[in-house]
Amino acid sequence: MLVLNNVEVIYDRVILVLKGMSLTVPEGSVVALLGSNGAGKTTTLKAISGLLQAENGKVTDGTIDFCGENITNMDAEKVVQRGIFQVMEGRRVFEHLTVEENLLAGSYTRKDRSNIKKDLELVCRYFPRLLDLRHRVVGYLSGGEQQMLAIGRALMAKPKLMLLDEPSLGLAPLLVAEIFKIVREINRREGTTILVVEQNANVALSIADYGYIMENGRIVLEGEVDKLRDNEDVREFYLGLTDVGKKKSYRDVKHYKRRKRWLG
Amino acid sequence: MFLQLLVTGLVVGSIYALVALGFVLIYKASDCINFAQGEFLLVGAYVALWVVTSYNVPFLPAVMLTLCLALALGVLVERMVLRPFIGEPVISVIMATIGLSSLMRGVTQLIWGTDTMIYPPVFPQEPVNLAGVVISQVYLWSLGLAILLLAVFSLFFKFTTTGIVMRAVADDQQAALSMGISVKKVFAITWAIAAMVAAVGGILLGNINGVNSSLAHLGLKVLPVAILGGLDSIPGAILGGFIIGVLENLVGGYLDPVFGGGVKEVVPFVILVLILLVRPYGLFGKEVIERV
Ligand SMILES: Nc1ncnc2c1ncn2[C@@H]1O[C@H](COP(=O)(O)OP(=O)(O)OP(=O)(O)O)[C@@H](O)[C@H]1O
Ligand SMILES: [Mg+2]
Repeated sequence: MLVLNNVEVIYDRVILVLKGMSLTVPEGSVVALLGSNGAGKTTTLKAISGLLQAENGKVTDGTIDFCGENITNMDAEKVVQRGIFQVMEGRRVFEHLTVEENLLAGSYTRKDRSNIKKDLELVCRYFPRLLDLRHRVVGYLSGGEQQMLAIGRALMAKPKLMLLDEPSLGLAPLLVAEIFKIVREINRREGTTILVVEQNANVALSIADYGYIMENGRIVLEGEVDKLRDNEDVREFYLGLTDVGKKKSYRDVKHYKRRKRWLG
Repeated sequence: MFLQLLVTGLVVGSIYALVALGFVLIYKASDCINFAQGEFLLVGAYVALWVVTSYNVPFLPAVMLTLCLALALGVLVERMVLRPFIGEPVISVIMATIGLSSLMRGVTQLIWGTDTMIYPPVFPQEPVNLAGVVISQVYLWSLGLAILLLAVFSLFFKFTTTGIVMRAVADDQQAALSMGISVKKVFAITWAIAAMVAAVGGILLGNINGVNSSLAHLGLKVLPVAILGGLDSIPGAILGGFIIGVLENLVGGYLDPVFGGGVKEVVPFVILVLILLVRPYGLFGKEVIERV
């Protein structure tokens, strides 16, 4: 459904951030994109959704195809009309609008205006808490409620592909688990394809079908979720699990070498 | 005397409110103060007058026609003067509006000269007597029209999709962009509405006082109104307009004879300073929502 082929992104004409990024998101799947801070995950999503232009960034090489159409460097407006919706990092809800107005803003590009009422109810079924809060000004909601709203707002656009950027940011573990469960449910029931970017590898891999790991602007590892989870490097660097009992000094050396290999 | 001054104050205040609405809309959308707002008003007044007197068009259709032209003017200004500045510092945009105001004032003087021109009587001439207060009908019409327009726009912002989207863009432009909202289109609508409300203000004021280029000074006078209400608050602009209008007339009526004139002109600024001392964001300014 979505194919990135050797994409290169440059900000401000000089800052090279993505260096030959390739990734595929099959229709109906949940794909996780993991990586450390500054790896270029957000940049990847912005390259897809067309938000790069607003930040003086540009895809300078490679192609991005969506459902067989080339959408490289397409305007954000048009990308949304094609059925891609990005939930930005840090929630970015409209603070001075009410919950309901936020949701309506999400449905802006919809042509079938008559179904919108039904979809408001649908969103409230996934996130019952939003129903009680529907007339409240959003700036005063808790972080978790705002994240639910951000995802609900995306749902209102009825996208084919939803891009989620760190939905776990700043939330308690229990709430993170709940939100990811709902994301999986949206994927199953609405058939929405999902590409989720996460620092929290554990929870992301728990709902994903396939995972990519990126460092320094390119993919360094990919695979089925189970395989990724068994991978020694992933366990150590991203899941925070280490095999106990190994001699420390030896491990440190090896760690250094492995890290170097990855970043090189 | 008091009631007389009060009613005059409300009439003037309603016009201030209209013009202040234009300031607020543009500020909300783009954080920029439009120093050409007064010239929008001037152009509206002249165009309507010109259509009425030169082509003998009846008043109401003439107003409609003027509104359409104002809409076009707003869109044009947004496209030609402001869009090139998207992404530039706000101060550049403000300078651009100052340049625009000089240009528009120059062009209107070139076309219509500097003499005061007067609307042919459109509203019935004989004043009405309302509970002992004698008011000319043009005042009542003006008040009614302004209030109607303010109500229409308030409802528009609160309930229509376009209104919601305009407020969304004011809140977070990038997020709005990410959901396919055309920020450029919203800017164009904003400028169009600002030009239209200013034109109506100009036409009403022109009917009361006649039209000459000093009408444009009203723009500068209404800026404190908008700041008083809170530059980003639509209800604030409306209330601020009425407050300043009424106070100005009361003070003018009671104090000007004592001090020999001039107090009226100073009052809005004095009130502004006093209120801002207590409420830095204005009466209804949008609070920066900070959860702790
Ligand atoms: N608008 C911009 N202009 C210039 N450089 C940028 C811009 N946005 C991002 N960068 C740079 O691109 C690199 C990747 O940033 P990006 O936001 O994509 O990282 P990320 O993987 O999302 O990180 P995080 O997990 O911290 O969100 C960083 O080094 C950053 O400094
Ligand atoms: Mg990021």
